[in-house]
Amino acid sequence: MAWEAVIGLECHIQLRTRTKMFCDCPVRFGAEPNTQVCPVCLGLPGALPRVNDAAIGHALRLGVALGCSIRAESVFARKNYFYPDMPKNYQVTQYDRPLCEGGVLPAQVDGEPCTFQLTRIHCEEDAGKSFHPERHGDRSLSRVDFNRAGVPLLEMVTEPVLRTPAECAAFLTALRRLVRALGVSDGDMEKGQLRCDANVSLRPAGATALGTKTEIKNLNSIKGVERGVTAEIARQARALDAGEAIVQATLLYDADHDRLAIMRTKEHAHDYRYLPDPDLPVLRVSPARIEAARASQPELPWDLEARLRSQHGLPAYDAAVLADPPELAAYFESCAAAGGAKLASNWIMTEVLRVLRERPWTLADWVERVPAERFSGFLARVASRELPGPVAKQVFAWMADEPGDVPAILERHGVRVQGSADELAPIVRQVLDENPGPVAQFLAGEGKTLGFLVGQVMKKSGGQAVPQVVQELLRGELGRRSGGG
Amino acid sequence: MAIDRDEVLRIAELARLEIAPDAVERVAAQLSAVLEFAATLDTLDLDGCEPAVLAPDAAEGRPDVPGTRTFEPGVATAGAPEAEDDFFLVPPVVENLEP
Amino acid sequence: MSAPTLETWRLSAREVASRVRGGSLSAVEAMDAGWDGPAQAWEREVHAVAHTDRELRQAAAEAANTKGPLAGVPVLVKDNLCTTDYATTCGSRILAGWQSPYDATVIRRLRRAGAVVVGKANMDEFAMGSSTEFSCYGPTRNPYDLARVPGGSSGGSAAAVAYGLVPVALGSDTGGSVRQPAAFCGVFGLKPTYGRLSRYGLVAFGSSLDQVGVFARHAGDVADVYAALAGADPFDATTRPTPAPDVSAWDRGVEGLRFGWPENLWSRGVDACIVDALDRAAAALERAGAVRVPMTFLPGEYGVAAYYLVATAEASSNLARFDGVRYGHRGAASDLVSLYTRTRTEGFGPEVQRRILLGTYALSAGYYDAYYLKAQRARTRIRHEFAERFGHCDLMLMPVAPTPAFRVGEKTDDPLAMYLSDVFTIGANLAGIPGISVPMGLADGLPTAVQLLGPEDAEPVLLRAARALEVDGDRAALPRTHTTEFAWPGKR
Repeated sequence: MAWEAVIGLECHIQLRTRTKMFCDCPVRFGAEPNTQVCPVCLGLPGALPRVNDAAIGHALRLGVALGCSIRAESVFARKNYFYPDMPKNYQVTQYDRPLCEGGVLPAQVDGEPCTFQLTRIHCEEDAGKSFHPERHGDRSLSRVDFNRAGVPLLEMVTEPVLRTPAECAAFLTALRRLVRALGVSDGDMEKGQLRCDANVSLRPAGATALGTKTEIKNLNSIKGVERGVTAEIARQARALDAGEAIVQATLLYDADHDRLAIMRTKEHAHDYRYLPDPDLPVLRVSPARIEAARASQPELPWDLEARLRSQHGLPAYDAAVLADPPELAAYFESCAAAGGAKLASNWIMTEVLRVLRERPWTLADWVERVPAERFSGFLARVASRELPGPVAKQVFAWMADEPGDVPAILERHGVRVQGSADELAPIVRQVLDENPGPVAQFLAGEGKTLGFLVGQVMKKSGGQAVPQVVQELLRGELGRRSGGG
Repeated sequence: MAIDRDEVLRIAELARLEIAPDAVERVAAQLSAVLEFAATLDTLDLDGCEPAVLAPDAAEGRPDVPGTRTFEPGVATAGAPEAEDDFFLVPPVVENLEP
Repeated sequence: MSAPTLETWRLSAREVASRVRGGSLSAVEAMDAGWDGPAQAWEREVHAVAHTDRELRQAAAEAANTKGPLAGVPVLVKDNLCTTDYATTCGSRILAGWQSPYDATVIRRLRRAGAVVVGKANMDEFAMGSSTEFSCYGPTRNPYDLARVPGGSSGGSAAAVAYGLVPVALGSDTGGSVRQPAAFCGVFGLKPTYGRLSRYGLVAFGSSLDQVGVFARHAGDVADVYAALAGADPFDATTRPTPAPDVSAWDRGVEGLRFGWPENLWSRGVDACIVDALDRAAAALERAGAVRVPMTFLPGEYGVAAYYLVATAEASSNLARFDGVRYGHRGAASDLVSLYTRTRTEGFGPEVQRRILLGTYALSAGYYDAYYLKAQRARTRIRHEFAERFGHCDLMLMPVAPTPAFRVGEKTDDPLAMYLSDVFTIGANLAGIPGISVPMGLADGLPTAVQLLGPEDAEPVLLRAARALEVDGDRAALPRTHTTEFAWPGKR
């Protein structure tokens, strides 16, 4: 039986704000336990919430970028359930009147553009953190830290429109890039700033009714989402093929062992007893504010990507890499003229990004040391063959750590490079004219005579030419003389 | 009766309350009496009445600036029934899911 | 400074503040007058106080702002208001011994105004009750008849003002919990317009209904405390952002004011002495120049039905935080579900548990529309009714309760009967409008009272009418703390 997977994603995006969603405790990563708390986020008796306006601003920017319809009046609701990391044993969220509805996220799967339909986006608060049980004397106890309780989150739900694990990865990649570009979130999945649960069901290919769905949690990376979804599709297919029914359940994905564990089956759905939060007024967003969010929208990643392709003629892969973050694209664009777009793209994608990973440096660290102007100077010299291959790589490495333009760096390290191909070309032709024998031998198939010819050119040019460049020029000239291209 | 025994037990579980087995019937009767009285609302004309909202109209969001009410270290766990090293302690939390 | 005399504990708050500012009375003396005077004997019988401490009181009095509008005024505050000095326990085992790390906004404002918080008042557990019989500390008694209840849930606050422990006290009113005990104890009790007094630090019961309220023996004192506390609070998003109504003209009189007279509400089911109090109040207002406007009004039973769905629903959610994890009582348990269940079953009294169950049910899947939503719509209907009537009058006169104070134990076995005694007070909470209970003298030794209701922000009008009734009242029938030798100062 051919099964079609029907997948919906539920993502939680931790917002970049200075304070929490409903109180003015600071949002600080890695603080000592229970030091970023106050009566409100600790759920003390008598405490009351107050909405963080910046969080609403982030939600609007995201909603507008995705083409959601924005509710002028939305309602905060209480979702009631007991859990130790929940200070009030209810979460303040949005239920039947969320801030944003609908919307579409453009993405790319295997290089092909596609769009994913969204259901809604709304604001809510994060819970604290509880830890695995440890022994305390003769008892087993868990620790709880409420620093994270109350941190602003956006919950984004997709329509069940995804069909493959690759689409899930593509969705998250695009979402991560977007929230970073908008400044809404840093989107780091490993840090829990972007979280994803997947709802997966199977149905016979071509059918329209939905199968029973399961929920997969603990997908902590884009790869993890892909693998987890893959594993669940396989598990369900096996079960269905064997004639078993799928039981509605929640599963945890174990990335270390690439397997799923059933956490609990849902015999009855949770009764969250939602009610509008009486402590919070209706959230009003004026048309002016929505318009302002639209007007101040930066170039969206997919538009930027398209522009990099059309304006600079970059292939899809390059455009995708350079568009995230937008600062990288801006850097590229400032350097593209120097030696051509593709040259700049190659150097940035391969060498610059490698340096960032290795050091590790942020892009800002790099740009401080090698501003666009300086890099442009370097690229221009590479383009003109003044800095051929290996020399260029060496100069690049020096440039990252030392000041000065290219000539200054060369001077400092005592490297002299024989000019351009134009200077060497006549010498190459001269050598070939003077050595018909080795030429004939090469053309007959004896590749190692090339080395002799290279040596001759090196002698004639005073030994400063770069062997690889000479080799290249020789091959080219030899090719022409043999009647080939 | 508006609420039967099983309903009372289901509600009690949701509310994390335990009712002594011999008290369940009485509790069910008391709750039912109130709910049956609540049926008087069915005789009230509610045409054009939207659910009441008493909170004020124009409430502005708070600016995203840290304030002065965050507790000093140690204060949060000072009143805790059980705490250690500034963490609250509870019976085992098996997975990061709702129980 | 003169030594405190028997007179001192009878002083109004206004008089205390005036003398403290002027230097003829110290804050410590004002406080001691309440605690060391005849009130001591009263407290042993009445049991109005849940928590106090001599050293804390002393320290507070010594640190008082002697220039403020409430300079040196001793205040007892209900045990559901968070205070950093005294314990905050809401009359419940589940918060036994809890020390709040923060002060409620109204407490901060009291202190800023110079008032001295002398302790916490006994109350029905989590403000759920109409008699102060449901406190884990035992009941409070009515100073006028120790076999009777002082009303509830703010019974301790009302009783303490009635017998003179303090001149003013704070309570909270969700369905009548300030106005009803004020009536039973023969003192003034104001429930402000919803959103005029901050709820930050008031342990929530019914969030859309709760308001901090003021008890006093004199209308002017109610005005002074209200003025010191009212106003927007950035920590409570449900407070109104506009300036609070100005109550400084509380003594202006009622010339030309129209008062609604919904006689249908007490045509039956209300004691004769209450009806008599209403007749006397109406006559007094007319004598003072107000105009009576006869009208009918929606029977209060609808409000009681709506209230016991909305309030319990909100309470079931508000009380979920009491789980033994971060504060308060913790039941012995080795797994999470047992932790919650044991903590809450041991910690909450039967009335609180009953209301949590009711509220949980009203919100649960499949029942939300039939109960909670319908009740919220009924609430809008009641608001419309009030708004329509206030198009024809400036305030309404009606009973506070169908009877004077009932006996201890009389209603504890019949929750529904207890709930129905709130039939006249609940409407104001549902509609968010202000209401004040005005003492109208004794009948067979028990206080009687009437209630004045007004539209939103009508506190100035209510206080003017309350004052008019205060000065008109037959002095022989006034509560025992009023004596002819104590003269209300004529000047502000």
